[in-house]
Amino acid sequence: MQRKKECVAMLLAGGQGSRLYALTNNIAKPAVAFGAKYRIIDFPLSNCVNSGIDTVGVLTQYEPLELNEYIGNGQPWDLDRSFGGIHILPPYQAKKKSSWYEGTANAIYQNMSFMKKYNPDYVLILSGDHIYKMNYAKMLLAHVETGAACTIAAIEVPLEEASRFGILNVREDGSIYQFEEKPKIPKSNLASMGIYVFSADKLYKYLEEDEQDTNSSKDFGKDVLPRMLNAGEKMFSYRFEGYWKDVGTIPALWESNMDLLGVDPAFDVSDPTWKIHSRNPLAPPEYISDTGEVDNCMIALGCEIGGKVKNSILSSNVIVEKGAVVEDSVIMSGTVIKSGAQVYYSVIDENVTVGNNVFVGEERKQAQGITVLGRNITVADGVHVDSGKIIDKDYKGD
Amino acid sequence: MARSAVGVVFSNVQDKNVPELSALRAIASIPFAGRYRLIDFALSNLVNAGITTVGIVTKNNYQSLIDHIGSGKEWDLARKDGGIILLPPYSNESDAPYTNRLEALKGITGFLRHRNEDYVVLYDGDGIARLDVADVIRFHEESRADITMVYHESSGTESHYFMTLEPDETGRVKSVQINPKPSGKKINLYINVMVIQREYLMNIIQNAVQSGYSSFGRDILSKNVGSIKIYGYKFEGYYAGMASLPVYFKASMDMLDKNIRDELFGARDIYTKVRDSAPSKYIEGAIVKNSLISDGCTIEGTVENSILFRGVRVGKGSVVRNSVLMQETTIGSNVRLDCVITDKNVVIRDRRHFAGCEELPYFIAKGKML
Repeated sequence: MQRKKECVAMLLAGGQGSRLYALTNNIAKPAVAFGAKYRIIDFPLSNCVNSGIDTVGVLTQYEPLELNEYIGNGQPWDLDRSFGGIHILPPYQAKKKSSWYEGTANAIYQNMSFMKKYNPDYVLILSGDHIYKMNYAKMLLAHVETGAACTIAAIEVPLEEASRFGILNVREDGSIYQFEEKPKIPKSNLASMGIYVFSADKLYKYLEEDEQDTNSSKDFGKDVLPRMLNAGEKMFSYRFEGYWKDVGTIPALWESNMDLLGVDPAFDVSDPTWKIHSRNPLAPPEYISDTGEVDNCMIALGCEIGGKVKNSILSSNVIVEKGAVVEDSVIMSGTVIKSGAQVYYSVIDENVTVGNNVFVGEERKQAQGITVLGRNITVADGVHVDSGKIIDKDYKGD
Repeated sequence: MARSAVGVVFSNVQDKNVPELSALRAIASIPFAGRYRLIDFALSNLVNAGITTVGIVTKNNYQSLIDHIGSGKEWDLARKDGGIILLPPYSNESDAPYTNRLEALKGITGFLRHRNEDYVVLYDGDGIARLDVADVIRFHEESRADITMVYHESSGTESHYFMTLEPDETGRVKSVQINPKPSGKKINLYINVMVIQREYLMNIIQNAVQSGYSSFGRDILSKNVGSIKIYGYKFEGYYAGMASLPVYFKASMDMLDKNIRDELFGARDIYTKVRDSAPSKYIEGAIVKNSLISDGCTIEGTVENSILFRGVRVGKGSVVRNSVLMQETTIGSNVRLDCVITDKNVVIRDRRHFAGCEELPYFIAKGKML
């Protein structure tokens, strides 16, 4: 008997995430830091292992170096397995044809042999740009019970935002009769979360068909799902009611980080029954000095806090010197906020040096928008960085 | 060079020094500095010297140690060749488990025989130091010593079992003394790390067993200092040996000193087991001063001059001063603690007050609910 896996997960991690601007200049979106110690990809990966799925293909394309390094052999998620485990799947050169991944469906199509190796009954398609905790096993069970060819996870969104999503129009039993990708006038507010469970043979069949269609943009939402509906396949929605956030924009990334704060946060990463696994920094505990103030914040290992930190998220090894102020901000690992500097309503990427007495952004109430400093840059002493600016090079003022 | 040595870490030998903390665990497995165990320092120093095989000698209560070490992957010691090798007591049916270091060594002669490294680094897992073990081995080779013992200048107020060395200007040790009377002068305290030729060590063990010796320090080192070429390697950095609970308390407080912390952790390569705790949360109204906080903590009250291990909760209105709170300690609201050490999983209910002093910190045992 051939060894097999009941379900294989395919995680689409090749997107550029261009709306995160400077934060994704050199790294793929799923590798963007989140919540003081995590990266976005930790959430779908942790969901997989917590749901009992131990075979995950990660499809990479845009700037994969950091993501590959972060994933490594998958050990932090217990995905270093002798059969299954995590596999990084970049585009490759084939005998007949070589091409980049041209769309979400094409990316999966190009890795058909990877999936078939495990002879799965079901394939779970995930994307690497959402923050949420979800038990995929329950969704899989629903898929099996309804006998659907494809099950799409769906969440209710405010109607005014519905035109940004793929919208599902469903019958009372949850079966889908129409799928509209980013409709101008949405008929419902039930949005696709970009999480699909396919019966494997149906997936293979429709991917093959879609691949033959020269008019197709080779996208799940635009092409494959409508094609299946038109062919009369049984498709079901699976309602999800927890926290789910697309962190594909700077304001969304900022908000989602802030959702972690407080005793009873909107999104809890410390739930012992649903651990979020991640690669851990090698650092001693954080140190708060005599002059440090920490008010409503989340701080990771290795930080040294001598200044005032309020309503903020600090990743590992961040230094906030005495006399510095950080408020309403997300600071990623290794960044140094020098003495006298003030940072308001900003997102600062890794290994940035904010010089002495620098003023970044504006207090949230007065701010034009979120100020962003890209990784590995230095902001010279005494400089003022206007609110809403996005800086990705060393900065000495205008 | 580094591959020419194998490490042997003794996890139990000094257990009696800190009975409070080693009642339920080997001394090497005592939690320290918020997220480490004592053995992390020994293992990291050995690994950072390029040593890839480390035997860990255990005797009893080694469950927590095994849980901590796992496969050894955190120290890069999950290896096909060598890596971490746990050495629990080995005895014939007639023998009881070992009672001294010589018997412990006798129990691991099989391990030593099957290695092919030239040197053995014998390392007690009870000390905090960032020791350059590669440099000790280099010194050992250059001085053509039979045994190199690492020492540290100390104020001479030791109260437990200890050894002192008297090296001459070349480093050759002229005498090894055991528990000398305090003279008011500084002493050269042996910090329980030595380098020795592997074959030579096996010979010593064999002879000692045949002669019925029972003390490695007294019967071998001290007695034969004239005939064995013993050299002393002076360690100049920060050192704390866990001699007692007050010493543990003081060493913990030393970690609040930035210079000491930078020396020990500055290069970020003291390895330890990780557990995927969430980052710590500081709730509105929390006040934290001069403290080390590990991950997974939630702080609503006031914490000053303290060390918090992972998963500690400090409730509203509580004030924690000069204290060491180990993993998953839960402090209710309006509690006051001063100079307290709580072991793992202690729960302190609302409005309780406990205090000790620096010389005698108030200790609360594992799992107690007060």
